[in-house]
Order: sequence, then structure tokens, then C-alpha cells
Amino acid sequence: MSADLVASFLTFKLGDELFAIDVAQVREILDLTEITRVPTAPPYMRGVVNVRGSAVPVVDLRHKFGLPATADTVNTRIVVIEVDLDGELTVLGGLADSVHEVLELERAQIREPPRLAMRWRAEMIAGLGKKDDQFVIVLDIARVFASDQTLLAEPPLAEAS
Amino acid sequence: MAVPIDLTTFIGEVDDLLEKVEASALALESHPDDAERMNELFRAFHTLKGSAGVVGLTSIARFTHHVESALDHVRSGALALSPALVQCVLAAKDHVAALLAAELRGVAVAAGPGDAIIARLAGLTANAADTATALVFAAVPAAATAPRAEVDYFIEFRPGPEIASMDVGADAIFDGLRGLGPCERLGGDPSDAGALAPWRFQVTTRRDVAEIHDVFIFVASAGELQIDQGMTMFVDDEPAPAPVAPALPSAAPSGAAASRVAPARSSAAARSTVRVSSERLDQLVKLIGELVITQSRLQQVHSQHAIAELAGPVEAFERLIGDLRDGVLGLRMVPIGTMFGRFHRLVHDLSADLAKDVELVTAGDDTELDKTVIDQLGDALLHILRNSMDHGLEAPGERIAAGKPARGTVRLAAAHEGAHVVITIADDGRGIDATAVRRKAEAQGLIAPDAVLSEQETLALIMRPGLSTSRAVTEVSGRGVGMDVVKRTIESLRGTIAISSRAGAGTTLRLTLPLTLAIIDGLLVEVDSGRFIMPMAAVMENLELTHAERCAHNGRNMIAVRGELVPYVRLRDLFALPDAAAAIECVVVVGVDGARVGLVVDRVVGLHQTVIQPLGMFYRGVEMFSGTTIMGDGRVAMILDLAGTVRRMTAASALSSYPGPQGTQ
Repeated sequence: MSADLVASFLTFKLGDELFAIDVAQVREILDLTEITRVPTAPPYMRGVVNVRGSAVPVVDLRHKFGLPATADTVNTRIVVIEVDLDGELTVLGGLADSVHEVLELERAQIREPPRLAMRWRAEMIAGLGKKDDQFVIVLDIARVFASDQTLLAEPPLAEAS
Repeated sequence: MAVPIDLTTFIGEVDDLLEKVEASALALESHPDDAERMNELFRAFHTLKGSAGVVGLTSIARFTHHVESALDHVRSGALALSPALVQCVLAAKDHVAALLAAELRGVAVAAGPGDAIIARLAGLTANAADTATALVFAAVPAAATAPRAEVDYFIEFRPGPEIASMDVGADAIFDGLRGLGPCERLGGDPSDAGALAPWRFQVTTRRDVAEIHDVFIFVASAGELQIDQGMTMFVDDEPAPAPVAPALPSAAPSGAAASRVAPARSSAAARSTVRVSSERLDQLVKLIGELVITQSRLQQVHSQHAIAELAGPVEAFERLIGDLRDGVLGLRMVPIGTMFGRFHRLVHDLSADLAKDVELVTAGDDTELDKTVIDQLGDALLHILRNSMDHGLEAPGERIAAGKPARGTVRLAAAHEGAHVVITIADDGRGIDATAVRRKAEAQGLIAPDAVLSEQETLALIMRPGLSTSRAVTEVSGRGVGMDVVKRTIESLRGTIAISSRAGAGTTLRLTLPLTLAIIDGLLVEVDSGRFIMPMAAVMENLELTHAERCAHNGRNMIAVRGELVPYVRLRDLFALPDAAAAIECVVVVGVDGARVGLVVDRVVGLHQTVIQPLGMFYRGVEMFSGTTIMGDGRVAMILDLAGTVRRMTAASALSSYPGPQGTQ
């Protein structure tokens, strides 16, 4: 968090929650096309999709984040991101319920996520921003995908209690 | 010294030649009578000398000259090929490499080692010296291919007696040569024409050698002309040329002189190769990949619109691209023997270091493998060989006590097996002590004391990081780093490694590597809504499987193929897809690891040229697929990894009592 005071983020929604990824990591946004399933792959791996002649794996973000599954809608988008995993630049697509806008946030406004009483795993979150009255969860996308765990800190059942 | 313009060609040539030198020298060590090898060795040094002269690396030319003449004595039978001479030749080979490296860096070369080798050679050849045949001037094979760069020509003209009656003297010739470029007169006093001393010149020119002949056109009938390219030496100790016998028929016509150059030209054409950087090849392979995809798209469009006029061109296009693909991919295929060559030297040197007598026997040297695979495989194989020699093979005394020949043998063999290349490294040493491995693994906490392991699994422990059973850590190996690296390398090439060992009889490592071509011929099949590719190289035949047949075997998944029962598995089941099969399915019989296995699919679509794309790290855990490919219509199809599929099938059948592929009979 140095010289440049403002950073741009792409925001997308999963359920009611608004997430943000650094635009520098976003390559493009695609409408939902036919995704080729990879049999025997873990369930959060939706399959692979052809992005300009390259086969790109698609991750079901709802599943990865531990949210209940929903049917795809006309708003469902594939956010193609580039992420450095183990020093290897990997391209992958994330399925989002809908993609909203590019949001400029002042770095100073992004707060450290509180360690306690968080619905989400703090180590996978770069910070919390605010857009109008809604919180925006800024993701540390490399951490999210480097881990086998869901973004949700607790399984849904425990959260309800 | 004038820096030659195109050194890269020369460097490549030297590498090849040095490799040849090493291979021949080592072969001659065990078979000193092999005349063919001897010739090869001689020719290699001969060419080295000539080429080095052409590019102006006099230090190399001068040095190799001494080796060449020593070898010539052997060739002519005046000198026996002794192990000491072979050692000398190997040392000379290393020295040439060192000289080249020094020249390239522009560093002065220490004269010491080179002189020592020359002195040794001189000692060996001393008694053979008198039989020395007239020193051949290097006929330079590069003559035909030499770029129009400045080239040094060494010209020798031996005038016959008729020269006295001619108007043209050496001075006139000298003037003529100076017209071609900087020229020097090298001895041969023209004023004393009566002595008929040879006229020697050195001219540096970009002109064709024919133009030099033209200068001599008036005297050509009165003497013998010899033109050599780029040779720097008229050997110091060469005896004065014998005066031309007066009885000599009136000298060679210029045609004879020209024909002397000709054989060199044709020999250059015989081994004409072009060196291309691998990046350029990779770029080409990538382009071909895109071309293949575009072509299948074209075909798709054509099949939808069925324009009659297009049928011909589309078909021709497909055939041409297929040929182009094979051609381009063939460029990257290199015989594995190129790599085996350097192992001979390693084994030779290492057996001296370890005081063991070891023979390396190679087989399948001409098995071709993608260069990228060979490059990455080299270090792994090197390590395995070192292990075999250090740990596997016993010292000669111990071997004799065990009733084995004192000389240990390491066999290195490569062979194609379906879509794979199998490399085996087998030694006849003491074998791996499985109990010791286990003890050590337990002591280090790698396995639980009560773990039940098969022998295979136990031996595989040596590929775990940190485990080495060698009691003494030697210079060579035994530090417990290594086999895990080897394993990782092989796995990164999508290959597998298997160890088998018998106490007292030796150890065999078997590496199975995919050909890992960027493009393969595939069989496109459909299962449910998904499309999958099977590598065509492994596909043996297709059969139909009716519902009735499926039931006929009491639910045991076996099908009769030409009177033999072949186990099969339904991909639908393996993929955990809902069972909605048609009445008739297809069985694709594939050969995997020497066994036949049937894979049941919904439909066989047909042949498909498949451009392989890696699956990436997100699918690393998925063993049934080796990659993906983009189809003509833009959809993605998965490429089946048949070995992985069979592993999965065996695992599944172990659970459900279906006989696995090994369980046949």
C-alpha cells in the first residue's frame, strides 16, 4: 500500500455478498458458454472452457467459497483471472452470479479484516472496503486458490446456530 | 585473428565431431581392430582440423593436426592402437573442447596441457614415424558450404621441368593472386627456377576457388596445382618435397587439380545438416497446432454447408496439413543415442574413479524421442547410472567371490511401446536390500513400523526424499538426494518409474515416458454429452457391445476378442455418469503396458488430429486425463490418459471383485 492511493477493483456478486478482485488480475469477463466437464475432478472444478484457443479451468466460486449451489442464470459470468500460484502464472475462470462494475477504492479506506467474528477466512481476504452502504470483500485471490479450504470460515450449519 | 562470421555452425559441427570422437575412441578401446571405427575417428579429427582452419581457429587446427597424424599411423598399420593412445585421444578431445571455449571467450590458451598431449602422442608414434605417409593437406569438406566470407587459401604449385620454357614465372602468379586479395608468398624461391621448388602462396579472399585456378591457367599444364582452404600449417618438419622426377609425364592438367577438390565437396554434401535453434522449432510447432485447429474448424464448416466445390480443396488441405504436422514434429525428434553417447564417457571415467570394471551396453539407440524430453531426461539418467555403478555394482573382488564375472554390466535400453518410450537401466550388481530399505525408512519415520508394503512399494521408498541405503557417502552418490529428484523429473514429463530388484542379481529401473508430442492422432469418442480423445497409437480395435453381451458374462466385465477374454470397463461407470446407455455401445480395445483393455463408450466419432494442451495445476490430481484439446467447433475435449484410466479401473475392480487387467486368466 504505497504511492498510488487509489486502486481499481472488479466487483461481482455471489448471493448477497459483494466481492472485489484487483483489476490487474482480471483478464476478461465472458458470458456463460458451454463448460466441458472433467470427470472425477473435485466438485468445485466446473470443467474447462475455450478462451481464445486455450483450455481454461473454470472454478465454481460458490462451491469454492462454501456457499450453497444455485442454478446458472443469464447473469452468470466467467471472470477470467491470472493468478500466481506457486510461482506459476495460472489462468483460470471463476463463475460469479453476476459481475457489477469496476470500483475505485482509496487504499486508505480498505480496512484490515477483523480477526474475530468473521464469516470469512481472514487470511484469504485482503481487506474490507465500502461501496455506498454495502461492504465489499476484497479477495486475496492467490490465497483463495492456493488453499483447499473454503472461503467460508465455518460450515454453513454452524453459522446458522 | 579475423573473427569468423558464422562461428555457430562451426561450434555445432565441433560438438558433433567431438561426440563422434568420444564414441569411436571408447568403442575402439574394447575393439581395437574395428577399422571402420578407426576411420571414423581419423575422419573426425581430419574434419576438425580442416574446419578449424576455415574459421581461423589456428590453435585448434594446429593441435588436431598432431592427433590426426598419430591416428594416420594407426590407420596405415604402422602403429598399434593401445589403451594409452585411446586415453590420449580422449584427453585430446577434452582439450579441443577447452581450446574452443577459450577461443570463444577470447582467452589465451595455456600451452601446457596441449603440449603434454602432443608429447605423449609423439612418444607413442616415435617408432612409427618413418613410415609416415606423405602428409595429407586437409581437404576441407566445408568447401562447398563455406559462406562467401573471407577464406584463407593455401596454394602450392609444383612446377614441372617445362616451366622453364614458360613466360610466366612465380612473380606473375603472385601478382595475379594479389589481385584476389591479400597475398603472401610462403617460401619456394622463384628466382631459382631450376630447382623446381614448389611455389607456395597464402591468399585471403572472398572469391571462388575457381578464380585461383584461373590465375594458374597459363602454367597449369606445366605443374601440379594444389589449393587448400584454411589450412594454417605446412607442417614444420615436413621433408622438402621430392623433386619432380624429370620422367614425369608432362604434369597434371588443370582438370586433375580441380578433381582433387571435388571429392571434398561431395563428402560435404553427404552430411549436410542445418542447425536451428529450438525456440524456432517450438514456435513452428505452436503454429502447426493452431493450423490444425483451424483446419478442423474449416472441415466442420464444410461438413455443415456441404459445398461440392470445396470438398476437393478441403480434403487436400487436410492431407497437406497432416504431412506438414508430421514433418514439423519430426524435426524435434532426436534419436536417444545422442544422449547415450555421453554416458559411455561417464561410465568410462567413473569406473576408474570407483575402481570398478564396468561395461555399458546400450540398445535401441535409434529410438526417437522429442528433444525437449531428451534434454530433461539427461540428468535423471545420469543420476541413475551413477547410482547403479556406485551402489549397485560390486568391486571386482566381491564379484568374483560371488561367482560373477569381474566386469560389471550396466544395460541401458530404449524402445517404443505403444504411445510410450520405455527406458530400462539394468545392472547385474548386488541388488537393493529391501529389508535394509525398510529398516531405514522406519528409522526415519517415513513409514509406520507395522505398515504392510509390497516389495514394489518397499523399493519405491528409495525415491522418497532423504532416504539412502548407502553406508558410505561417496563422492559420487549416497547423500540421499537424488532419486526423489529423478522421480520428480520423470513425473514432470508425465512418465512413471518402476524399480525391480533381485538380491545378488541386480536392479532394473524402468522409465515409461509418453512421447509427449504437442500433436497426436486421436480417436474421438463420446460418453454421455462429453467428448474424449484416446491416443490412436494405443488403440487396437473397435467392437460393438450389445446389452445382451454385457449380461452374458454374469456381470463380469469380460469380452471375447478373437477368442481371448479382454477385461473392459465402461467409462460411464468410471466417470460416475448416470447409466443411460443405448442398447449398443462401443468397446475400444487399447493396449496399455502390454495388456489389452476394453473401454466402453457411447459412440466412436472418428479420427481427430489432436493438439494437446496441458490441463494445468488445477487438475493435477486427475489421473485419468493427460490434457485437453480444442475441437473444430470450439468445444473442449479431454484427452484420456490410458495408463491412469487402467489404474483407476484396477482400483475400482479391486473393490468390486471385477478382474483387473492383470487378472486375466
